[in-house]
Amino acid sequence: MNGGPAHLIVLPILIPMITGAMMLLYDERQRRTKLGFGLASCLVQLVVACLLLTGAEGTKAGGGNAIGLYLLGDWPSPYGIVLVLDRLSAMMLVITGILALPALLYSGAGWHQRGQRFHALFQFLLMGLNGAFLTGDLFNLFVFFEVMLAASYALLLHGSGRERVGAGVHYIAVNLTASLLFLLGAAIIYGVTGTLNMADLATRIPHLSAEDRPLVHAAGAVLGMVFLVKAGMWPLSLWLPRTYMAASAPAAAVFALLTKVGVYVILRLGLLVFGAGAGASAGFGADVLIWGGMATVVFGMTGALAAQALGRMAANLTLVSSGTMLTIAGFALGQGDAVMLGAGLFYMLGSTAALAALFLLAEPMSREQGAAAVLALSAELYGVDLSEDEPEPPDTGVVLPGSLTIVGFCFAACALMLAGLPPLAGFLGKFAMLAGAISGVGDAALSPARWTFVALLIVSGLAAMIALVRIGMQSFWASEEDLPAVPVLELLPIVALVVAGGIVLTIEAEGVMRYMQRTADALLQPQIYIHGVVTAPPVAEGNGG
Amino acid sequence: MELILSLAIGVLVGSGVWLILRPRSFQVIVGLCLLSYGVNLFIFGMGRLVSGAAPIMPKGGFVDPAAYADPVPQALVLTAIVISFATTALFLVVIMASRGLTGTDHVNGRERGQ
Repeated sequence: MNGGPAHLIVLPILIPMITGAMMLLYDERQRRTKLGFGLASCLVQLVVACLLLTGAEGTKAGGGNAIGLYLLGDWPSPYGIVLVLDRLSAMMLVITGILALPALLYSGAGWHQRGQRFHALFQFLLMGLNGAFLTGDLFNLFVFFEVMLAASYALLLHGSGRERVGAGVHYIAVNLTASLLFLLGAAIIYGVTGTLNMADLATRIPHLSAEDRPLVHAAGAVLGMVFLVKAGMWPLSLWLPRTYMAASAPAAAVFALLTKVGVYVILRLGLLVFGAGAGASAGFGADVLIWGGMATVVFGMTGALAAQALGRMAANLTLVSSGTMLTIAGFALGQGDAVMLGAGLFYMLGSTAALAALFLLAEPMSREQGAAAVLALSAELYGVDLSEDEPEPPDTGVVLPGSLTIVGFCFAACALMLAGLPPLAGFLGKFAMLAGAISGVGDAALSPARWTFVALLIVSGLAAMIALVRIGMQSFWASEEDLPAVPVLELLPIVALVVAGGIVLTIEAEGVMRYMQRTADALLQPQIYIHGVVTAPPVAEGNGG
Repeated sequence: MELILSLAIGVLVGSGVWLILRPRSFQVIVGLCLLSYGVNLFIFGMGRLVSGAAPIMPKGGFVDPAAYADPVPQALVLTAIVISFATTALFLVVIMASRGLTGTDHVNGRERGQ
């Protein structure tokens, strides 16, 4: 390993950490400068993530699966703390970059003025996210989870107000309890197997003695609870809609990614530890994921149909997206279904971008009549004077003519993406998932779980379409007065997200789908990952690394 | 010693779970503290209980690992204590903000039946 490229892996953690720490030194008067530095940091992270992505594709000779390993402190691999880069984590890093940049840009239109330290917290959130995607160690995963969560607590409260603080109390209590469960699970795993390195753990699972196996299963179930709380599986997701709709628009847009962290860890840890090579433990928990994921889809779908405001609807559609992914993770874990998993990853990319755009759209689309309605409702509920809760008037920056038309087009594109209708990429993802579910592997094709999933995929698309069209008609056609024009700084990030998640993904669908399919194949062959991590020698003896 | 430790963990976690299911924010935060104490003891116990043994081995040569305590759970506990201390402090601030904004210490921000 020589110099630059080897150290590239640690950059997605270092860049936001240093940027965020530097921002803490300056007070809020430097907000514009901070915005500039934050955007630059996000841009560099996106570039690094793309470089890592091309690196993770590896060479043709290596089967297209290069595992990048970074030994922090240069301890030999199963003992020290490692960062591991494979196709899945590289892909998640790129998604983070694609979502973070527009969300931060959007905050420049006004949100970053309505509270303290927005930019530093945003960078720390990114650090936690990137770290969670890169780490190859269970306890380090806990640490990065906490970095991410601590930043998300503060970002949720950004802008303050009664609704945010109320949602924050519930969100923090749920997540603190989940963190304690995480510690319990990790401690049992360490106590039984003697390792916290995920790859090393995977090598030890098949050789467990009969009396130790139930303990590891218990630890797996406890850890699974933690990640399912994050991913929002019903009934662990009751906190999610209120929290996501209370968060400020740019924070909610990155929160759309937080549920995907739960999905990522389930995929990574589940397929590694309880995958096909796990002996008697293979496929542990797959049925919970399959049926729980489908229950989540039903819950999110019902919530979206019942929602009256776009924020709540977007939060419920987040549940639909993550429930779909959980079901697919269950099929991958239980039946080794690579085709569906690849299609699911493709769907996740598109739907996460569309959801983030929807969270950003919620504000310009409901600015006047929405705020008035909310104020009237809370006045009725709490019987208080509204002077302190009154939202500040939006910054009227540069306004383009016809900005509402653009907003309308973006909204329509998001609706098409989330409902999975042609011509955008959402359709391709859904179609590939349906094709995978129906063709199946061997005689598993006819199982009732698969047919239920096929039906749910179609019905949830229909529900998303009905719900979003209803909101769209209310906002654009049936409102009595026109919506206020949208400043360019708000419009640009939404358009960027729609272009990236909708149009680029549709045009480049073939290449992206091929990448996802290879990723799915690699995920179902954990020995590639294990070999890349456990057998690697220390970087350098003698020349100081 | 094993029995005492397991009883202590059980009592702490049991009281903690009961308290976080209570409606007052003060009870919830005390419950979370008790839970985190229980969890920290649990992590500590996962390194096997040995008394009077140092967790740090001398440098060089072969040492008998049985004469030393497992250092990894101790490092983990240290990290866990710091993190749960910080997040609990943060939660305390949020709860006080909620108390200030709503005028009640109920976790839902309003009294039952109101």
